[in-house]
Amino acid sequence: MSTFLPHFPATFIVTGDPLIYGAEVSIVLATVGILFVLTYFKKWRWLWREWLTTVDHKKISVMYLIAALLMFFRGGVDAMLMRTQLIRPNMSFLQAEHYNQIFTTHGTIMILFMAMPFIFAMFNIAVPLQIGARDVAFPYLNAVSFWLFFFAALLFNLSFVVGGSPDAGWVSYPPLAGLEFDRGPGENFYLLSLQITGIGSIATGINFMATILKMRAPGMTLMRMPLFSWSVLASSILIIFAFPALTVALALLLIDRLAGAHFFTMFQGGNPMMYINLFWIWGHPEVYIVILPAFGIFSEVVSTFSGKRIFGYSSMVASLMTISVISYVLWVHHFFTMGAGPGVNSFFAVATMCVGIPTGVKVFNWLFTMYRGRIRLTVPMLWAIAFIPIFAIGGATGVMLAAAPADYQYHNSFFLIAHFHQVLIGGTVFGMLAGMYYWWPKMFGYMLNERLGRWAFWLFNSGFYVTFFPQYLLGLMGMTRRMYTYPANMGWNTLNFISTMGAYVMGIGFIVLVMDVVYSIRFGERDVTGDPWNGRTLEWSLPSPAPHYNFARIPTVTSRDAWWTSKQERSRSDAPRKLEPLQPIHMPKSSGRPFIMSAIFFIGGFGLVFNWYALGFLALLGVLVSMLLRSLEYDTDYYVPVEEIEQTEAALGRA
Amino acid sequence: MTIAHGEFPVHGRSINHDAPLEYSLEEGALRIFGFWLFLATDLVLFACLFATYVVLHGAAAGGPTEAQLFDVPGFTAETLILLTSSFTGGLGTYAMHNGSRRGLITWMIITVLLGLSFIGLEVKEFVTYATHGAPLQRSAFLSAFFTLVGTHGCHVSLGILWMLSIIYQLARRGITPITARKVFIVGLYWHFLDIVWVFIFTVVYLNGVMS
Amino acid sequence: MSRPSTHASNTASGSLWMYIVGFVISIALTVGALWLVLARQFSTGTLLTVILLLAILQIGVQMFFFMHITDSPRPQFNLWILGLGMFFTFVVIAGSVWIMSFGAQGY
Ligand code: HEM
Ligand SMILES: [Cu+2]
Repeated sequence: MSTFLPHFPATFIVTGDPLIYGAEVSIVLATVGILFVLTYFKKWRWLWREWLTTVDHKKISVMYLIAALLMFFRGGVDAMLMRTQLIRPNMSFLQAEHYNQIFTTHGTIMILFMAMPFIFAMFNIAVPLQIGARDVAFPYLNAVSFWLFFFAALLFNLSFVVGGSPDAGWVSYPPLAGLEFDRGPGENFYLLSLQITGIGSIATGINFMATILKMRAPGMTLMRMPLFSWSVLASSILIIFAFPALTVALALLLIDRLAGAHFFTMFQGGNPMMYINLFWIWGHPEVYIVILPAFGIFSEVVSTFSGKRIFGYSSMVASLMTISVISYVLWVHHFFTMGAGPGVNSFFAVATMCVGIPTGVKVFNWLFTMYRGRIRLTVPMLWAIAFIPIFAIGGATGVMLAAAPADYQYHNSFFLIAHFHQVLIGGTVFGMLAGMYYWWPKMFGYMLNERLGRWAFWLFNSGFYVTFFPQYLLGLMGMTRRMYTYPANMGWNTLNFISTMGAYVMGIGFIVLVMDVVYSIRFGERDVTGDPWNGRTLEWSLPSPAPHYNFARIPTVTSRDAWWTSKQERSRSDAPRKLEPLQPIHMPKSSGRPFIMSAIFFIGGFGLVFNWYALGFLALLGVLVSMLLRSLEYDTDYYVPVEEIEQTEAALGRA
Repeated sequence: MTIAHGEFPVHGRSINHDAPLEYSLEEGALRIFGFWLFLATDLVLFACLFATYVVLHGAAAGGPTEAQLFDVPGFTAETLILLTSSFTGGLGTYAMHNGSRRGLITWMIITVLLGLSFIGLEVKEFVTYATHGAPLQRSAFLSAFFTLVGTHGCHVSLGILWMLSIIYQLARRGITPITARKVFIVGLYWHFLDIVWVFIFTVVYLNGVMS
Repeated sequence: MSRPSTHASNTASGSLWMYIVGFVISIALTVGALWLVLARQFSTGTLLTVILLLAILQIGVQMFFFMHITDSPRPQFNLWILGLGMFFTFVVIAGSVWIMSFGAQGY
């Protein structure tokens, strides 16, 4: 063959496993189905105009949410497969190699392609509305972030059927992930897709920091800002300072693999441990990036459904900010066993334990907020309440792991697995689900069904305990993580069986959740007031869903819980409110370029996966040209005329 | 209003005549702020590359070492050129604040030329190393060296392209609040790269010839 | 709050002298560092500290004379973020060096 043609590896399309054949067939069918539906109902234009080119934070939020739920499903299927393999000793449901791929994709998807878009969905729907802004600071950049994430997720998932999945774990440590031991393209898929989504995440961090610091409504001082927005600020600080470390770790490993450098190889002076160091400089803050917004959601939910102001607002703010700084200096606790000296390990052990203090403060504040409140046990509130015991236990086991000498026992055992699922599921996932139920009416204009929601909650929550408690014990009994099967005489059989049963219950819980969504699309109760929960913050002052410009008049804020205050004032006096005259509203125009540019990223990433440098280079050129075109574009925004605002507001029943 | 200036802008084209031109639109101020945030992330990106270099720079693996490789006149010239370009870039901003489009464009072109000669010297340096037994693949030290210095070089190259595009826009549109904001931002970028280079000069080159 | 006008050439970003002074200092710092190293004035450790200090001064020069950090609208969140960024930069570099120095350290 001529050298001009790209080189196709023998395994370009993955073959040989019935599961994968099944997946390939279903992917093709689903694609054909989607194309058919779009064409049949003549929805292409609509798709392009309303979604693919939108820069509206509310629509971007919806797209993040859908993507997160889909990825939750894919990661969840991986989890079910793993637990099925471990249900009994010596199972041969999955081969070792396949098992490796599945735990790798499970971890990567859950953190990067489920948790991240889920928190971004919440950022996008709530922050601008809560702080009284018309959009985020940089709406175009916001669209770029989303599409980068989207195409990165596509690239990552493509590895399943094209080229083969990565299999070196979600942390992808060299030398295992280096070229000597892992020639396949799977690892490249991992590196490139994470790189692409990482760029998007950094942009989101910048965007929300600028939004929160610079775009608050008049009178909304920082200390009047809702706690969710504070938590987004804290999380964004961590994003912008931690993600570059991931960028560098991945880039260097990629240079090792593509260009034959020796950063992390075993030869020519390379040092694989430097990768581990860089990875966790990002990796530890990352777990706080995804937990802090959940804390914010719990604060909103607990205060709303207790009918009280949040207890200890200032200490909540202080603890968020402290956590965001401290959590940057803890990273070594993920590799105590690497062999750094006692000085290093002690410092990071103590620092790790310190982070428990601000976290504890928050837990007590939530409890005190509920104390003597008029509690309404809605679905969001259920998730919030259930979070507290789970997180307390997760925190406690975290402190156990943080004791460096003891960690030599726990490290990489199922004890660790149980710990981080406890905090990630009990914290982040519960938090995001609470947020989803809470803001769903704001996003879509109707409520999710409470009955099905309760079922989903109880299944998921009880399944959770059944799944992960046995894993603590298994860890203490010596079962290590990432083993694809185990001998029958270790005494692990019963606990593993129980754990798998719990996982199935969680799986059913997820299905019920999806049923709730599907059911509510048809039968969900419409939210006509815009304030279905009797909320306290500004997003509830708007109709559901909010018009594209959010606020016809930017509110002036005089206190914390601004919407609550203004409701109280209104109920006290009957005097008609004096409204300022409407002004034309300045809004950004839609643009197809974020989508196209991200697609070019995808193409370039795909090329580099297979070492097709020409394609990579072309894509780089394409990206530069897109950026240039953007820079030359001056006609990027427009004004919504007053008549149009009046009509929209009247149609929404607002004066 | 009694609120401090700039704290509560609203999306819109409100104009603040007291501020410098680049800050005069709310949106301009917002974008400049956003760019500061970007610089902060870029700072940490370089921090990680520096950390890698510092950890790996001793690992020459029997190949050429820093002291054998680095050439004092070469890197001194690169440094002086870049520092001068930072100055000429600054003069461009100065001309802009005085409303002189000719001055601004001239200084920007000079800055671009200086940037190009910096890149030229760097490419020459890289090629010399790579063809004299010191390519990136030779040792961990060289991998780290090329990547750190090369990342800076890529930033500078991007900066050059960016400035060219802005020069074109200035020629077409003159100095407006929007082009002024663009000039100011690319200036920030350029000065930032200068700072990074000073650390490359110190940590990589000076430290290298010292050892 | 009113802020001084910067259209004329009489403020931080305005004065030509500011740029020239900044340039001279920045060249002096660089040449000074180079001279110290070539002349081997101190022991290696001291020398490293001194040239690093000169580089840090250089940050100040660029920021103040060229990047006009004092110009940005109040409240100057950009300075907060920058300070935080520098702190994290320090943490990353010093931390990595410390962590990766094992082997050199007896235990
Ligand atoms: C009081 C709070 C916490 C403490 C003291 C703590 C401590 C630790 C320690 C010491 C480890 C490493 C153990 C080992 O590898 O042997 C660890 C692992 C982990 N933690 Fe935590 N943690 C806390 C909270 C959290 C939170 C809030 C999250 C996420 C939302 C989280 C997610 C994780 C993850 C994902 C891992 C393992 C990653 C892996 O090795 O694949 N932790 N934790
Ligand atoms: Cu951690």
